[in-house]
Amino acid sequence: MAMTAAPQLVYDRPESLAENPTHYCPGCTHGIAHRLIAEIIDEMGIRGSTIGVAPVGCSVFAYNYFDFDFVEAAHGRAPAMATGVKRVLPDRFVFTYQGDGDLASIGMGEIMHACGRGENITVIFINNAIYGMTGGQMAPTTLPGQKTTSSPTGRDVEQMGFPIKMAEVLATMDGAGYVVRRSLHDPKNIRKAKKAIRMAFEVQKRGLGFSMVELLSTCPTNWGISPSESLKWVEEHMIPVYPLGDYKVTSALEGVKV
Amino acid sequence: MARELLKGNVAMAEAAIRAGVEAYFGYPITPQTELLEWMSLRMPELGRAFLQAESEVAAVNMVYGAACTGKRVMTSSSSPGVSLMMEGLSYIAGTELPAVLIDVMRGGPGLGNIAPSQADYNQMVHGGGHGDYYSIVLAPASVQEAIDLTVLSFDLAEKYRSLAVVLADGNIGQMMEPAELPPMQPLKQSIPEWAVQGAENRDSRFLSSIYINPEEEEVVNIRLVERWNEIKANEVRYKEYYLEDAEIIVIGYGTAGRVAFSAVRAAREEGIPVGLLRPVSLSPYPYEQITQLVPQARALLVVEMSAGQMLDDVNLAVNGQVPVEFYARLGGIVPFPDEILAEIRRVAHEPLTPGADPREGWLQRLKTVVNA
Repeated sequence: MAMTAAPQLVYDRPESLAENPTHYCPGCTHGIAHRLIAEIIDEMGIRGSTIGVAPVGCSVFAYNYFDFDFVEAAHGRAPAMATGVKRVLPDRFVFTYQGDGDLASIGMGEIMHACGRGENITVIFINNAIYGMTGGQMAPTTLPGQKTTSSPTGRDVEQMGFPIKMAEVLATMDGAGYVVRRSLHDPKNIRKAKKAIRMAFEVQKRGLGFSMVELLSTCPTNWGISPSESLKWVEEHMIPVYPLGDYKVTSALEGVKV
Repeated sequence: MARELLKGNVAMAEAAIRAGVEAYFGYPITPQTELLEWMSLRMPELGRAFLQAESEVAAVNMVYGAACTGKRVMTSSSSPGVSLMMEGLSYIAGTELPAVLIDVMRGGPGLGNIAPSQADYNQMVHGGGHGDYYSIVLAPASVQEAIDLTVLSFDLAEKYRSLAVVLADGNIGQMMEPAELPPMQPLKQSIPEWAVQGAENRDSRFLSSIYINPEEEEVVNIRLVERWNEIKANEVRYKEYYLEDAEIIVIGYGTAGRVAFSAVRAAREEGIPVGLLRPVSLSPYPYEQITQLVPQARALLVVEMSAGQMLDDVNLAVNGQVPVEFYARLGGIVPFPDEILAEIRRVAHEPLTPGADPREGWLQRLKTVVNA
């Protein structure tokens, strides 16, 4: 007689993730990033003390997909808005969720100074090398030669400049406690991304300064390729320009395991 | 509390502290910088939040974030800096948050100069940021009034979930005169039912100015208009001087109103039946009070430190029934009482041209003063 194993729950919706279906395109990795954040907030038991700051861009409605408190910033200003929240509620967990246009173009001033101040907030930076919401224009992180609707013959670095490497830039600052780059293109890297997001929140919990996890992400719709091709594109084209790794890890994190 | 010799900027800062402001975010700009400096000293010693932001853009967005928590929060700046803040002010209005801004106006446009001006009138009173919204705008004419209106601005901002602006000019910010500060209020303990502080033991909530469905945005816009109608009905403020038997009505606010008061008193000594209405709330504007003065008036004289920005509002109230004359100094120049006295005499004794744009005659007369 065969033994019947007791049913085991292996996959469930995190409590911090709302039940609303997202508006994200098929194959977009925003959903993965959202889920990782929600899992970590559940695991840390901080749902009631977390305040998210949504950006302008595809994730403008992020607050509909998480089930904890949220505010919605002006384009690029999320780090300033998060600073305002954190300075009056220093015991709350405050994080921003920003795309590459939001963070590295219009919000460059705010992100640099939040980092420079060692603002004790966490930034989740979604880098998919393109403007999604407005329909595929060139981003500061668009790759050299990459075609977009505003660089139709490909990004010519002589005319349009070079990709901006935010993790590398921010890691130079003394206020940075934890600045790393991860990717969401396969399960192994997703697991690494989750650990990094957890570590970033641990940095905030310990008051160790500014933390940012840059996540290389896909945009099949505006890249004009399939979801599976997009995952390959991240690996083959984005990672060589944006190497994965730890760019700044404060020594105060020694011995902290997540 | 005793009267003490106080500088306007410091007085407004300390008044805000005593009104229970819990967070200040700002950026240095003359002629309001002493306000920020006072906050940098006082707020940390009281355990409250002070931060010198990297720009006015960041400062107002920090205010936006802190205002979402329901705490009393403010910023201050001067004209070019306030221009930079317009984005955040519109978002704050669109999210229906209480917040206080002190604008210590200086000469413009552009970089202009650091001398007193009133040329931010249109920017603050008639909008500034994008979208349909209204701000409460209060204009002090003395250090004491700057203190009182700063305290009031927090109460009004919270009562109406609205932006409240203290629109001072560089003269009010820089001047020292005796004034009395209010007693220190305890910090507000209650948390508004809309505030975002973390979803502990309650459903999650969010604060946003985005309403992607126009039908929903229209509902919000209607609510803002209805709230504004309530503010218009309840919060018009103004001061009257010698108006009872006045046949010439001078209208001026802030420093221009105060200088005009000196001229009105001097004209009274000459037997000219002149009085002054000094709007204290520029938004809502005392249209009705001005309209009610029209039947007794031979003429009105608008005095301001901008090129007729408030004149347009007076004209709306008067509606062409009597001549409205105009006098202003521009670009950071404050008129002397004698200049306004000469204008009062002119209006009292010389024939006026009904229906003419008063700016035209004013420009001609002004050129003889400034040798332009």
